[in-house]
Amino acid sequence: MRASRQSILLFLTPALGGMLLFVFMPIAAALLISFTDFDIYSLGYFERTRVIGLDNYVRVFNDPVFWTAVLNTLYFVGVGAPLTIVVGLFAALALNVPALRFKRLFRMAFFLPVVTTLIAVAVVWRYLYHPRYGLINYALISLGIEPVDWLGDPQWAMPALILLAIWKNFGYSMLIFMAGLQAIPPSLYEAARIDGAGWWQQQWYVTIPQLAPTTLFVTVITLIGYFQFFAEPYVMTQGGPLNSTLSVVLYLYQQGFRWWQMGYASAIAFVLFMMFAAISIVQMLIRQRQYGQLI
Amino acid sequence: MKIRLTGLLILVCLIVSSCYNGSEDIKLTFWAMGSEGEKVKPLIEQFEAENPGIRVKVQAVPWGAAYEKLMTAYAGQALPDVCQLGNTWIPQFAMLGALTSLDSLVTASPIIDAENYFDGSWQTSLVNGHIYGLPWYVDTRLLFYRHDILTEVGFEQPPQTWQQWVEMSRRVREHNEEAYANFFSLIFNDWHVPVILILSNGGQLLRENDCYGAFDDPKTFEALRYYVDFFKNEFAPRSMTEFVNVYQGFTEGRLATWITGPWNINQLRERAPELKGKWRTAPVPAGQGAVSTAGGASLVIFKTSKHKAAARRFLEFMSLPETQETFFQLTNGLPAVKSAWNSPSLRNDPEIQAFFKQLESVAATPAIAEWEQIAVAIQVYMEKAIYEQLTFEEAISELNREVDRILERRRWLLQENLLFLEED
Repeated sequence: MRASRQSILLFLTPALGGMLLFVFMPIAAALLISFTDFDIYSLGYFERTRVIGLDNYVRVFNDPVFWTAVLNTLYFVGVGAPLTIVVGLFAALALNVPALRFKRLFRMAFFLPVVTTLIAVAVVWRYLYHPRYGLINYALISLGIEPVDWLGDPQWAMPALILLAIWKNFGYSMLIFMAGLQAIPPSLYEAARIDGAGWWQQQWYVTIPQLAPTTLFVTVITLIGYFQFFAEPYVMTQGGPLNSTLSVVLYLYQQGFRWWQMGYASAIAFVLFMMFAAISIVQMLIRQRQYGQLI
Repeated sequence: MKIRLTGLLILVCLIVSSCYNGSEDIKLTFWAMGSEGEKVKPLIEQFEAENPGIRVKVQAVPWGAAYEKLMTAYAGQALPDVCQLGNTWIPQFAMLGALTSLDSLVTASPIIDAENYFDGSWQTSLVNGHIYGLPWYVDTRLLFYRHDILTEVGFEQPPQTWQQWVEMSRRVREHNEEAYANFFSLIFNDWHVPVILILSNGGQLLRENDCYGAFDDPKTFEALRYYVDFFKNEFAPRSMTEFVNVYQGFTEGRLATWITGPWNINQLRERAPELKGKWRTAPVPAGQGAVSTAGGASLVIFKTSKHKAAARRFLEFMSLPETQETFFQLTNGLPAVKSAWNSPSLRNDPEIQAFFKQLESVAATPAIAEWEQIAVAIQVYMEKAIYEQLTFEEAISELNREVDRILERRRWLLQENLLFLEED
């Protein structure tokens, strides 16, 4: 057994070495940098750097823009993630109706946005959201509703991005839900029908409870993806108007790569990391309560 | 196996020989931004023909990605020999120690002389008394106005003073309640208009050797209030909802004036040919003076360049009045060298001539690394006042505090004598 342990280590070395070099060392460096005022001046001349202790962290906590970004991110996750999951679930249920024709076509159409690059999608959606010529405002006007400056109005910019994100992402949860649906034994539906359950009741009492593990998986994946809210505002709004779509990751990017405030950006990154860690712990505790053990 | 080895050897020989052939010529790499990078080719060919032995490799870098690309190249020691830099970036790269001072070139060259350039634009390349870039093309912001609309409301001449400007705005609004008198591109993160107003009013941007914000300076305060009031009085739109785009708004007559740069002369001519003769350009209305910002781009030589002599030749070539004129014809970039403005294509164009007049009174923004960040802060806090998230007084004091914080590094570096580390 000892020999095999050595060979295990041997085989793991390249992967571990890579991780150490490209993941853990940069993280450690970022942690160190977050205690300094490393910025554009420090780039070629290290003597221009000061160790400033926790100043960056104090600044993060007192920075109203950071908290705006946190609230925006929570808004995006809190509204966007449940809606994406629900839309995905309904799409999966609808595609599971035996009488439906052209299933493959619909499945492909719903999944297509997931594999399309966001940049291409953003260009098209910018046209859709155009205040005057956009299809969405055209529809609103023809229904007699006042047009909306989707990306230009601080109130509407975030809903506009959420709508885009739902459209872009629900196909993925739909696919997972469809796989989950296949795994539900038909006998359960048969039994429900014998008991006199209608279509809605069958979904409520059989499908949804049976899908619980799938839902958990989809929720976790969606939440992880949505907390990294970055590309949508980066391409569509640059965080504006009035910071209404500024996300934490976008703010960190701006501080780091627009202004080269590496020390401050690293501190933001670690605060974000601590927030993620806290959320993960809460999630684990909930799962522990549900299943009686940590998974 | 043997065949493969031979193949490999041949390949190595080929690579080595091709490298060897290349090394007979000096190869200059030149990064140019945006359309300049694509359109400058004929000039490069002319330079290569006149300077056998020097080859120039142009790489076009999109403006949007330029700053990040330059910073990454700086960190990775992969900067080109010659580069086009936006004027406001020069101080930053100078303080990073990335640029070669061009003082000796200016002294030695019969072609290059400070007198040949617009003063305000020359100043943008001066950092701590040393010249780090040669202005390549200039731009500034002007008042583009609808002559027909202004005439209708009784302004045969565009407004010359701030009082006239407000009066004109009020009349335009009364004349047509769907129209706005001005367009200030608030939504495009454009900081130029508030800065132009401050400079025109004789206000200070920063004080004490550019170490603190001076936004509570009475003149600056007045200028910014004047700016915010344009939005409050609905003399300028806050959002774009009502317009398809600025060009259309201007064409439809729902925007009577627009403060913008030379690139829009051709845009307007192409997009709205029916508007010919109805719009004109004029210097910005004067507060204390009619001062605008000195924009544009300069050519710099990076310190890491191994071909500085060839790079200097290239910069000299680009500064010749004839080259500057060709450059204007190729790209529409306004010549930085004044004598190039005597050419017929520039002299007979009234819209462009207004730029010449304005360029005689332009002011450089502070030559510090933090300027861009400060400019964005001005825009952000004014936006807050315009949307009434803050009162105007609060916006000013928060802006000052934010700028003081941004400049804390600069104060420390100056105090420790670490700001200017090496000069050649």
